[in-house]
Amino acid sequence: MTEKDILSLTAVGLGKKIKEKEVTVLEAVKAVMDQIKDMEPVLNSFVTVEEEYAFTQAEAVQKRIDAGELTGPLAGVPVAIKDNICVKDMKTTCSSNILADFVPTYTATAVDNLIKAGAIIIGKTNMDEFAMGSTTETSAFGPTKNPWNIEHVPGGSSGGSCAAVSASESYYALGSDTGGSIRQPASYCGVTGLKPTYGTISRYGLIAYGSSLDQIGPVAKDVTDCAAILEVLASHDPKDSTSVEREDYSFLDALTGEVKGLKVGIPADYLSEGLNEEVKEAVLKAAKILEEKGAVVETFDLGKVKYAIPAYYIIASAEASSNLSRFDGVKYGFRAKEYSGLHGMYKKSRSQGFGAEVKRRIMLGSFVLSSGYYDAYYIKALKTKALIKKSFDDAFAKYDVILGPTAPTTAPKLNESLSDTLKMYLGDIYTIAVNLAGLPGLSIPFGTDQKGLPVGLQLIGDCFQEKNILRAGFALEGEHGYVMPKTAQLAISGREEK
Amino acid sequence: MSKQYETVIGLEVHVELATKTKIFCSCSTEFGGAPNTHTCPVCTGMPGSLPVLNKQVVEYAMAVGLAANCKINQDSKFDRKNYFYPDNPQNYQISQLYLPICHDGYVEIDTSAGKKKIGIHEIHMEEDAGKLIHDEWDDCSLVDFNRSGVPLIEIVSEPDMRSGEEVNAYLEKLRLIIQYLGASDCKLQEGSMRADVNLSIREVGAKEFGTRTEMKNLNSFKAISRAIEGERKRQIELIEEGKMITQETRRWDDNKESSYAMRSKEDAKDYRYFPDPDLPPIVISDEWIKSIQDRQPELRTEKMARYQDVFNLSEYDADIITGSKHIADIFEAVTELCGKPKEVANWLMVEAMRLLKEHEMEPEKMCFSPENLAKLIQLVDNGTINRTVAKEVFERIFAENVDPEKYVEEKGLKVVNDEGQLRETIQGIIDANPQSVADYHSGKEKAMGFLVGQTMKAMKGKAGPALVNQIVKELLG
Amino acid sequence: MAHLIDDDMIEYVGILAKLELSEKEREEAKKDMGRMLDYIDTLNELDTDEVEPMSHVFPIHNVFRDDVVTNGDDRDNILKNAPEKKDGAFKVPKTVE
Ligand SMILES: [Mg+2]
Ligand SMILES: [Zn+2]
Repeated sequence: MTEKDILSLTAVGLGKKIKEKEVTVLEAVKAVMDQIKDMEPVLNSFVTVEEEYAFTQAEAVQKRIDAGELTGPLAGVPVAIKDNICVKDMKTTCSSNILADFVPTYTATAVDNLIKAGAIIIGKTNMDEFAMGSTTETSAFGPTKNPWNIEHVPGGSSGGSCAAVSASESYYALGSDTGGSIRQPASYCGVTGLKPTYGTISRYGLIAYGSSLDQIGPVAKDVTDCAAILEVLASHDPKDSTSVEREDYSFLDALTGEVKGLKVGIPADYLSEGLNEEVKEAVLKAAKILEEKGAVVETFDLGKVKYAIPAYYIIASAEASSNLSRFDGVKYGFRAKEYSGLHGMYKKSRSQGFGAEVKRRIMLGSFVLSSGYYDAYYIKALKTKALIKKSFDDAFAKYDVILGPTAPTTAPKLNESLSDTLKMYLGDIYTIAVNLAGLPGLSIPFGTDQKGLPVGLQLIGDCFQEKNILRAGFALEGEHGYVMPKTAQLAISGREEK
Repeated sequence: MSKQYETVIGLEVHVELATKTKIFCSCSTEFGGAPNTHTCPVCTGMPGSLPVLNKQVVEYAMAVGLAANCKINQDSKFDRKNYFYPDNPQNYQISQLYLPICHDGYVEIDTSAGKKKIGIHEIHMEEDAGKLIHDEWDDCSLVDFNRSGVPLIEIVSEPDMRSGEEVNAYLEKLRLIIQYLGASDCKLQEGSMRADVNLSIREVGAKEFGTRTEMKNLNSFKAISRAIEGERKRQIELIEEGKMITQETRRWDDNKESSYAMRSKEDAKDYRYFPDPDLPPIVISDEWIKSIQDRQPELRTEKMARYQDVFNLSEYDADIITGSKHIADIFEAVTELCGKPKEVANWLMVEAMRLLKEHEMEPEKMCFSPENLAKLIQLVDNGTINRTVAKEVFERIFAENVDPEKYVEEKGLKVVNDEGQLRETIQGIIDANPQSVADYHSGKEKAMGFLVGQTMKAMKGKAGPALVNQIVKELLG
Repeated sequence: MAHLIDDDMIEYVGILAKLELSEKEREEAKKDMGRMLDYIDTLNELDTDEVEPMSHVFPIHNVFRDDVVTNGDDRDNILKNAPEKKDGAFKVPKTVE
């Protein structure tokens, strides 16, 4: 197979070809490494590329496949890991200067599960610093560009993971989603991203931002890949006390193409002001397709949606202020060169090590927890969370799936968002409530707008009902699905001409 | 001093639990060890690590709460206490503020004015901090996280104590309860029991409490007594001078016997407590409480009653024996082996206590085997050795756990029961002391005692006193 | 702006969070936090008097570990990333005066 053919495959597609001995693991790794070399100067999807490790792993995994020890659908398939997920002996920075040289001595459970399934880790992807941001512009190592148009952001915080998959620099990637950080960049980059039910994938080894909201999830080219990856990632982990033992881990079973009788609700709140007209049209078109395939589609009032963002920023910032206090220049990470005394060392190291957005959220989080404000802010936010959860419970009493947009617009231009952070926060309006309620959410690509930028659709399911959204997503993606952006295609054909 | 003052004291007692592993990770809690050799990503606050609760910690906390007449919060959870300090690897301590595991209990203490109940506001579970070693040469501090994450319970009393004496009685009571439960060894020297003292002064008869200060760093009963006395005087002086007491945390320096305020702009004392999102709540069922209750071992009061009842010990003896769980355990083990409770109690109360005092040892350090004391008692009982020799042998048992049978054999300490040899010796002594013999015959009974004593001396204590008496009488005619 | 965050408050929060802001950062933080808190005030439209605060989203409870030692000496790994170390311990500025 040519490199172009190899890179056009999905993760599951590649796994199959490897098993059938049409492609070797080494060829697959070489293909993504070639693509990375051509794309990285432009995109900056990666913080670290582990070329040597990847090739060594490729040989080892190939042997185990040949020996019949590795038989899963992802054996030998290259994967990129968001840089807030620990991999032993691999630099893990959270795209922050404070962790610029941090090398974990242990591996996250999610990554361990991948390694056991024969995945080849090719590197660590760029992100908003400590996952705080919606554009991947707050990275201390420079922004990632959107492969569809490099003047635009890839979204965030898992912008590096989504850009890498979109540009065929990797077959799939791990992201993390605290308020939409997988789904929103997936939608901006034209790839499929899944945020599973809270507790489905172990958080052990994920460097915490908002612990009650954080969840690791797959970024891939299509729904089938997402389901296959989820089967590998999902596990009950005794090292994570919030990990849930689930009854059913066979997500691929849901992909029948059949949606007859599926009850789909579209929140009227999600189609109101602020939503870009082209995105709205895409949602309505998807609704029509589902209806034609036998689903029952209705609009309804979800309610409380607008309160999700303020509640989220209180909870996430409060938890972050506490989670990030461990970065103090004592045990790991950056320590300022000059300081006076212990507290001087703390303040200088943290002030020089953290970027502006991280400091902003730590300050807000410390404030809302401080004496005299706790009840007014933090407790109020936890009560709002309870109300939002209730709204979803009511909705899922009537519907199997909630359909809506992933983000109000397609990808904005670079430097447009950071000047007005509140506006940037509002961009997460459709994704944030899902994290507060612990629900699974899937973003699938659904065509492009007039500017040629991808539009994403979001499917939300009830707790532990990933199968419903995977089923609906699978039925819809036939219409549009993954398209390789021009930049990536050009890089491949450029190499072929040589 | 014109006015009469009353001291109002409340205590926060931290007790290290006797678990094998730390509260949130599977590292050993063993004391000592080279710095950071009992650590892992969890107890050193590595990014991405997560806590998992040790069930035994919950059970010990419940056991102590039940023994201290507390109510159990059937919905309990952990909160984060946020503050920066290098011994605190995450810069937050996982503790309990909003729903502590136990609340509203009491223990009863004996005071000079009779029995008194000291209220317990709450008992909560939390993690210990690491240790800071100050390096004077290098002008820096070194952090050792071996203690980081060792489970603690913090027992918060009501402000019910009025004197150092009551404080000591309260601490002693807690120590015994907890030791009897096996929930902690409560060793003050190794820091497994520590107290913070909240103290305020008010005029006798006043209804309102005065402004209180909190004193930290108290790790012996003596230091606590001295700190209370020092702080009481300091506050009264301030009041007499018409000055205000500042509500503050003070550090007691036991060497200087004075306290100083721990004030710094950087210590805002605003801990921003909030529920720890990494730890799901603890739900305690009625059944669970009952099973802990059913498993509660015999506590001191019950043990005292049983010793009087079953072993016929006096109240005084039972009180002393049960004053240390360890001594009570030895008492029962030896009694079980030799069936002579009175004798066992005597050895422990007289000889063992004397040696403990002499060596300034805590009873818990006493480590001879019950078999050896039982054997010793048998040797005395069947007349193989006499009491003087037995005391000497006991010292060897106490110090190096020798087998008394072997020891007596090797050292030739057995009582000489060879009548012929004894007669010979006694005859010699009678011959050498004609004055004593005359005194005896003129009715001075004491003279006989002298002759017996001389005999014992000549026999190096190895003669049976009864036999010596008998022969002396006989030979004196 | 309903919420006026003053210099004292920024300084106080800075002490809690161990962050030292530059003049420029401080001015921005005052503005940002004030705006954010104004926005957060929309939560006051919700009547939450009868609502229980929800910290954990699922009713999971009693997740325990058995009291068995499984970790050994991992000191070299634990100290691997330390900015400064000495004698097997993390080295920090002197903590007592
Ligand atoms: Mg405490
Ligand atoms: Zn540990």
